[in-house]
Amino acid sequence: MTEVQEPLVVEETETKPGFVGTNVPRKEDKRLVQGQGVFFDDVKRHGMGYVHFVRSPYAHAKVVHVDVSKALELGGVFGTLTGDEVAILTDPFFELSTPPGAHIKDYALAVGRVRHVGDPVAAVVASSRELARDAAELVEVEYEPLPPLTDAEQALEDETLLHDDAGSNVVWSGVFDWGDWDGAKAEADKIVKIDRLHFDRFSSTPLECSGALVEYNRGTGQWTMYCNHQMPGIGAIWMAPALRTGLDKLRFVTQDIGGAFGNKICLHPQFVALCLLARKLNRPVQWTEWRTDQHTANAHGNERIFRDVEVAVKADGTLLGFSCRAIDDCGAFPRYEPLGCIIWAQVTPGCYRWRNIRVDFTQVCTNKSPVSPNRGYSRMQHLWLTERIIDIVANELGLDPVDVRKRNYVRAEDMPYETPNGCVYDSGDYARCLDIALELIGHEGLEAKRRDAESRGKLLGFGIGSTLDSGTNNFGQSTLLNPELQFSGNNEVATVKLDIFGEIVVTLGTVPQGQGHETTAAQVVADILGCSPDDVHVRAGHDSYWNSHAGFSGTYASQFAVTGLGAVKGATERLAEEIKRVAAGVFGAEPADIELAEGQARLAANPEAAIPFMGIGAIVNANNAILPEDVRDVTLNCRYVYVPPFQLPDKERKFGNLTLTYATQVHAALVEVDPETGVYDIVDYAAVDDCGKRIHPQIVEGQVHGATAQALGAATHEIFAYDEEGNLLTPNFYDYHVPHALDMPPMRNGYIESASPFTPLGAKGMGEGGGAAIHAICAALQDALRPRGNPLVWRSCNPYHQVWQYLQDGKRGVEVVDA
Amino acid sequence: MSTVGSKRITVTVNGEEVDYDVEARRLLVHFLRDDLDLTGTHVGCDTGNCGACSVLYNGQLVKSCMLLAIQADGATIETVESLSAEEELTPLQQAFSDHHALQCGYCTPGMLMSATALLRANDRPTEEQIRKAIQGNICRCTGYVNIVKAIQAASGQGVEG
Repeated sequence: MTEVQEPLVVEETETKPGFVGTNVPRKEDKRLVQGQGVFFDDVKRHGMGYVHFVRSPYAHAKVVHVDVSKALELGGVFGTLTGDEVAILTDPFFELSTPPGAHIKDYALAVGRVRHVGDPVAAVVASSRELARDAAELVEVEYEPLPPLTDAEQALEDETLLHDDAGSNVVWSGVFDWGDWDGAKAEADKIVKIDRLHFDRFSSTPLECSGALVEYNRGTGQWTMYCNHQMPGIGAIWMAPALRTGLDKLRFVTQDIGGAFGNKICLHPQFVALCLLARKLNRPVQWTEWRTDQHTANAHGNERIFRDVEVAVKADGTLLGFSCRAIDDCGAFPRYEPLGCIIWAQVTPGCYRWRNIRVDFTQVCTNKSPVSPNRGYSRMQHLWLTERIIDIVANELGLDPVDVRKRNYVRAEDMPYETPNGCVYDSGDYARCLDIALELIGHEGLEAKRRDAESRGKLLGFGIGSTLDSGTNNFGQSTLLNPELQFSGNNEVATVKLDIFGEIVVTLGTVPQGQGHETTAAQVVADILGCSPDDVHVRAGHDSYWNSHAGFSGTYASQFAVTGLGAVKGATERLAEEIKRVAAGVFGAEPADIELAEGQARLAANPEAAIPFMGIGAIVNANNAILPEDVRDVTLNCRYVYVPPFQLPDKERKFGNLTLTYATQVHAALVEVDPETGVYDIVDYAAVDDCGKRIHPQIVEGQVHGATAQALGAATHEIFAYDEEGNLLTPNFYDYHVPHALDMPPMRNGYIESASPFTPLGAKGMGEGGGAAIHAICAALQDALRPRGNPLVWRSCNPYHQVWQYLQDGKRGVEVVDA
Repeated sequence: MSTVGSKRITVTVNGEEVDYDVEARRLLVHFLRDDLDLTGTHVGCDTGNCGACSVLYNGQLVKSCMLLAIQADGATIETVESLSAEEELTPLQQAFSDHHALQCGYCTPGMLMSATALLRANDRPTEEQIRKAIQGNICRCTGYVNIVKAIQAASGQGVEG
């Protein structure tokens, strides 16, 4: 039924000799296919207790009383923790927002009030998973229900407040106004008005749930967390002040992580509860989140509503600009928010050259699960808006969506391109990517396919999604939300050393979750040192005690190929220089006379005069009296912090370069809709990707496949739907349907490589670009439904019943007026 | 107050006979992971949907979170750890690596057991048969594209292109 195609098009700009750019075998694979990976839940300690959280069945309620006495009477129960204890033992997590959000108090357990179904009110620790669950049932909680708020626009009215301390449900609000929107309206021939677009809640739902084994060392006051936190640098910044301790008291250790996708960034509330329990009970405690808990109470992607969208357009389809109100629903607590209120601005104009953009942005709390970054974080929502605008404008004005895109795309010759808000698109050729996607999907034969579908009673639809994956954050963008924040730039660390027996050992600051960092780091090292990736030992995972991390360390925001590998490259170049100095010292030569090849340092002019790396390592570490005085500073243990070239943004104008790289995705989809039922099939699919220089093409392709699959799930089925009482209707994999093998359409892939001029290897971060699939499916559905009332496709998630609803509702919510 | 009973069971796991006292309510997957320390078998959901815990039970593919440990009394269980000894990978495992059929590796043990069951029953599966065979296994990383390729390759049919 489905057909798998090899990439049809690969255009390379420059091929560097060596291992970078080739598909070397992944170092991670052997242990993982043998079941010998170590995930946090595999780690055991003598006498450890299993933690189960007691969670709220109400979306919104006062917590009148919590009684743990019956649980404590149960044999095998080690202890409990309640919100009252948390309020005494910890301080609220710091908030990133200005007021009102700044005044929100967020603790490890609910204090006085629950704000979403699944909000933890107590924790129980027992000798087995089963017993902990039994004991949790014995905890008696008296609630006094409050009115639930599940609608972001209703929350804006502030009739019911989630956080009394804040005095409003608004977390953050601000107006972004770039260019001259009023001038654009005056210049336009037409104004296209769209009443409402709704980006639905979903998340990437990593297959491994969150969790940790936490040990407390009473003698030193240090906690060790064997866990799957994907951003320990920021995690520690949240946790340490709350626990009233220092950063170095918190040791994060990871090895293998079963996917994260951003959903494992906001684990600090649960981890603080575990730290308190490990200290209180003086024993290791272990918590593995249940799937139902991950869906109800971990982290969703941001839900966002766009109202009163106006688009200024010339009669020929030239886009001048747009304005809208954006209402972002962050659920019960902001946590990583309100950063999503600025992250979208990394891609303000999407792929297009319009210069006049005005967005009135408000983020509110509701009685739903908190959100966290989710693959494509905040840009995905905004890019969905810009792509919807393109296709709605084309539809309303009778223009070809291919022509509108090509007329308005930022052009290859415009690169690097400064956007209206000061971001710099580093490189890319969107029109070329689109041409390849059209070729892959057979766009020329579209009308024949349409007629064929009609003959079978089906409606054929064709849609494009063109998006950008902005990577390597300038954390200075946080100051555009809150001028008091002291964050800017970015950093990542790597350490590369040559050990006494000649082992090359690489330590990363990143926290890989399947992206193959061990492999790609080894490729970079091998090319510089003149050895094989097999000779390079890359430590698996992350450990704070390796001292190979910095404030922004982690794996998130599409940046490893830039920051992580930039650090590896820097550290390896330092090590190479040291090796050359040692060899030069031994031979009485100059470092410039030495070349590194075949695992040796040798005289370039006389390769017979060579010292194997093992010899270099032995001399420096164990036989250094033979070295000349001037090379005795060599350590063969080189640490490098990669810092991207960022400036502080302009807070007044909300202007500046917010990310370093922009990878391109252009996707195209064909759908066939049954007009009687709304049931549809994705019958063909093409994804074209440009992430600059590809370090390991196979890994890039895997990221493209996976990101596309996640976005296809979000486009067709995956939705965190709530009822009016605030109950999550999709709390497990029965009701929340992620793509299975039989759900995937045929996938055709193409690639071009537009090297980034700004990065150490010409590579760009990538992996979050699948959002294009959501747009492509929306556009294809709109195209298919045009002959049946031409309805507006206004939601991002379109299960069959939603398509049926469009067919019933007909056209509404969009109009064109003469300017 | 616990009224949970326990039972002594004898199970052959990866060729070794094991005698063990288990609580009657212990899930087979927790018995394998927590009691026998065979942590290759994973847990990804509470509801039997994800397939990360797939093992072979008397040669038949099962989700080990959907069985109690006591139901395995007298049975033969094969987990991912049984597929290969320390060094050599099986053709199926090697194909998963060659074709980049795994990223985070969390679903992989279950995928391998589903593929093993398929290939034992059918050494020339079509693509659709492969997709049906792994439809009970969720992967959130790969979109299944390369998993299907790897199973095709391991079946001795090779992969086109």
